[in-house]
Amino acid sequence: MAAPVLAVEHVYKYFGDYPALRDVSFSLRGGECLALLGRNGAGKTTMLKILAGLSGAAQGEVKLFGASPRQPAARRRIGLLGHGIGVYDELTAIENLTIFAQLYGVSKSVAREWLERTHLAHVADSPVREFSRGMRQRLAVARAFLHSPAILILDEPFTALDDRAIALLQTLLSEAKAAGRTIIMSTHQLREAMELASHVALIERGKLVHFGPRTPEMLMDPGYVYRTFGAV
Amino acid sequence: MIFLQVAAKDLRSELRTKESLNASLSFAVVILLLFSFAFDPSGEAVAEFSGGLLWLVFAFAGALILNRSFARELPNDCLEVLLASPVSGAQLFLGKSIASFLLLLGIELLCLPIFGIFYNITWTPKFLPLLGVFVLGTWGLTILGTLFSALTVNLSLRELMLPMLLYPMLIPALMAAMRLTTILLSGNDIGGDDLVWLRLLIGFDVVFTTLALALVETILVR
Repeated sequence: MAAPVLAVEHVYKYFGDYPALRDVSFSLRGGECLALLGRNGAGKTTMLKILAGLSGAAQGEVKLFGASPRQPAARRRIGLLGHGIGVYDELTAIENLTIFAQLYGVSKSVAREWLERTHLAHVADSPVREFSRGMRQRLAVARAFLHSPAILILDEPFTALDDRAIALLQTLLSEAKAAGRTIIMSTHQLREAMELASHVALIERGKLVHFGPRTPEMLMDPGYVYRTFGAV
Repeated sequence: MIFLQVAAKDLRSELRTKESLNASLSFAVVILLLFSFAFDPSGEAVAEFSGGLLWLVFAFAGALILNRSFARELPNDCLEVLLASPVSGAQLFLGKSIASFLLLLGIELLCLPIFGIFYNITWTPKFLPLLGVFVLGTWGLTILGTLFSALTVNLSLRELMLPMLLYPMLIPALMAAMRLTTILLSGNDIGGDDLVWLRLLIGFDVVFTTLALALVETILVR
């Protein structure tokens, strides 16, 4: 069996005395897609920040490709789409993507390709502050996928997306999964998440109360996970 | 050379919005103008306090630029995206320091002729050694200010906290830069006993650059 791409072992995280994560353990292999579910404040974003190397665990260990997420080699393989779009309003679309292409050591021509792919080529030289919300979101998707990351960390990726951006993101995630990339996404959009997910995890008050493969019941009835594994 | 790309990105952003540049330059010019009314610009004592006045202006104006250094990354959560990229904390810090340094040095060089006119000071014969002092002093101010900008970036009172943390720590570098600038604006050369101030300034820059590069990763990833 292939070695896990992502291994989370007994992770704890505290904010002051408050335990945001308690003894969380799971692992994912290449080509697997995890839908991380949980109510607001359950600890999903905290978990994703630790996976992306943006925050340290108080106890326990996270390994991406066998290394700490803070190692540059591991970070080069992460694609992050968080709550914010992560692009600069005062710069143009092409300037934004070119900067991130440079940071990831990717050819500048890839930035143009991604603008084409996200249907933003016609506004490549316009400042992002002039973009509509949907265009900004598509640019954020291009920024996250630009360097062909081996692991995608997505924090509520479908929230506030317009139809075009949802369709684009679903296509890109399906392609990424088929290409053997690992995806972990927190979401409240259960239907979209279940269609993509190979695994489902449920966090409640910092504790991982369920982790396992997505079953046909979950696909047919997205609320099944909360009803079956969650506290009432 | 990722830090140069970070610096270029910051400079491009700032030159496009001119948010801190305009605020910092106008603040510096206003202080220089107001102090010219407070003192007799034709008096002989002007040369004696010229270095102190100039560096206080630079330190106050610099805080406006340094406050924006990491705060620029807050809209749209750009800081998270940068920290998740292969850019190390040290590279990010160095790039931001270089951008702030160039912006602040540019403001200082614009202020110098204005200062010369308002206070009747002839600075052109000593321009090159003055530039050297400006570079050393501004690097010390920038390196420490960028570090505190990283430390205070998530605080709601960061505009207040940064100067409160920065200025006490900056006293040795400011004293050295003030003394050296005063010597040069008085028409003298730096030499003899005054070399100790130059050594202090260089030592400050080396020590705090090393410390900041070593500590910044811990500050940014908590």
